[in-house]
Amino acid sequence: MAQIITLESLLAPAADPASGCTASACGSQQGPAGMAADVWERVKDHPCYAEEAHHYFARMHVAVAPACNIQCNYCNRKYDCANESRPGVVSEKLTPDQAVRKIIAVANSVPQLSVLGVAGPGDAVYDWRHTAETFRRVQAAIPDLRLCISTNGLALPDHIDAIAAMGIDHVTITINFIDPEIGARIHPWIFHNHQRFTGIEAARILHERQMLGLEMLVARGILAKINSVMIPGVNDAHLVEVNRVVTQKGAFLHNIMPLISDPAHGTAFGLSGQRGPTPAELKTLQDSLAGGANLMRHCRQCRADAVGLLGEDRGQEFNLDQLPAETAYDPAPRATYRELVAETRGEHAAHREAARDDLAAVDAPAVLVAIATRGGGRINQHFGHAQEFQVYEVSPDGIRFIGHRRVEQYCQSGWGEDATLDGVLAALAGVACVLVAKIGDCPRNSLTGAGIEASQDHAYDWIESGIAAWYAQRYRSTVRLTA
Amino acid sequence: MAYKIIVSQCTACGACEFECPNAAISTKRGNYVINAALCTECEGHFPAAQCAAVCPVPDTCVKV
Ligand code: SF4
Ligand code: SF4
Ligand code: SF4
Repeated sequence: MAQIITLESLLAPAADPASGCTASACGSQQGPAGMAADVWERVKDHPCYAEEAHHYFARMHVAVAPACNIQCNYCNRKYDCANESRPGVVSEKLTPDQAVRKIIAVANSVPQLSVLGVAGPGDAVYDWRHTAETFRRVQAAIPDLRLCISTNGLALPDHIDAIAAMGIDHVTITINFIDPEIGARIHPWIFHNHQRFTGIEAARILHERQMLGLEMLVARGILAKINSVMIPGVNDAHLVEVNRVVTQKGAFLHNIMPLISDPAHGTAFGLSGQRGPTPAELKTLQDSLAGGANLMRHCRQCRADAVGLLGEDRGQEFNLDQLPAETAYDPAPRATYRELVAETRGEHAAHREAARDDLAAVDAPAVLVAIATRGGGRINQHFGHAQEFQVYEVSPDGIRFIGHRRVEQYCQSGWGEDATLDGVLAALAGVACVLVAKIGDCPRNSLTGAGIEASQDHAYDWIESGIAAWYAQRYRSTVRLTA
Repeated sequence: MAYKIIVSQCTACGACEFECPNAAISTKRGNYVINAALCTECEGHFPAAQCAAVCPVPDTCVKV
């Protein structure tokens, strides 16, 4: 079993001496622009909702609700529900009893754990018996764990009061369309009121239930996040309309997920050759929507039994056969971790402020910078160990998180393989610079050859401070050359 | 007459078990099976066989 990530290890080896800034001195954590303070208070420890929280907190999904009441063309039920997860992966299906054992084992060894979600395969609300039993038992064991569910929305109005009564305060609905003609190209059938409906009629019912469910959530003060799968040529342009409608109805966050399509997944879209969007197409759409509901750019489409922080997945360490038969919950590790985070977050916020001031003095175009990080808000990962890079856009106006670029880990046994390095280069397309804790000469040369700068000068610095320093410096040298 | 489940195609999602009005469907050693003695093809309950209507895999809940 891999060891637990502690805050100290995230800082190692060049730990910043405490800056003297305490959490209380720095005031409250600033949420993303446009997010109301009370909403931020509710989501700030939720790695899937609060961009800043994903540096510190981990979520865990359990697949306890395998039954579903609709069909999506990007889903093959052998695999996880593609509405929340990465398609083409199979998660361990658990009974509520097995799930509770697993959750307690994870809470005991991953102190970052703050959220438990039920994601597919299946629909957590349609298969409510299993979801509810799991949540009831987890609440009894670990009362402060946040609970969340995701659903296609069809059965949501039926269980809304049970959801509210259970204290679930975040629900994700996947809404891919407003216009039923478009919906019919994505969802071929639904099962509703003991009948199977197909085509436009099915899409119309699904749409009405999704809107009703969203309104009911908002009316009860439950935070509603909307996921949309971006399907080029089908609903890509239409998602602007989806964004407008869900924002107007009170969704607090809208997450656009790229369709991931592969014939090997055996989905209708995979088999018909429907392609997914490129990172550039995704970003263009997200940029055109900014200003509506807060856009969520950090969703990783985790697998449904994922466990972990950032892009990591430690789910395999907690497979059922590796768990002890009896596990008692120990609240101490999570409590200690929370205290540390409270301090660190204040410091991080102060550095972010300082970085913003530094940038205002620079006059240069906006560029993309990729970061290798293991969490904690620092540039603290070796280039070859990164499974994903976090991409930020930097300009004199500030630093903005853009999204993740996932890569195959290219450093497997100390020797990089060219094939995967090509994959890394493709994933980093459009990026001006990669900031890492360390990088070897060989990959650095390949990056340089592809026109991407790589720097370890800002190793273990805060992400925003490192980006600002690199940007200011690069700009200065450009001036000197052209002067 | 009754319905049966083609086990080799079943994803074990359990939706049919949930929808069956006669509790005719259960798991036996990890596989979902229909007890033919309890199955009424949903007659008197619903116009269509519930297991076949909800099942995500075509031709998996079929008439014997
Ligand atoms: S809602 Fe999820 S499990 Fe159901 S068909 Fe769609 S992707 Fe599959
Ligand atoms: S046909 Fe109806 S009664 Fe028979 S197994 Fe299916 S759901 Fe149950
Ligand atoms: S609904 Fe179909 S796939 Fe699901 S358990 Fe029943 S027979 Fe198997």
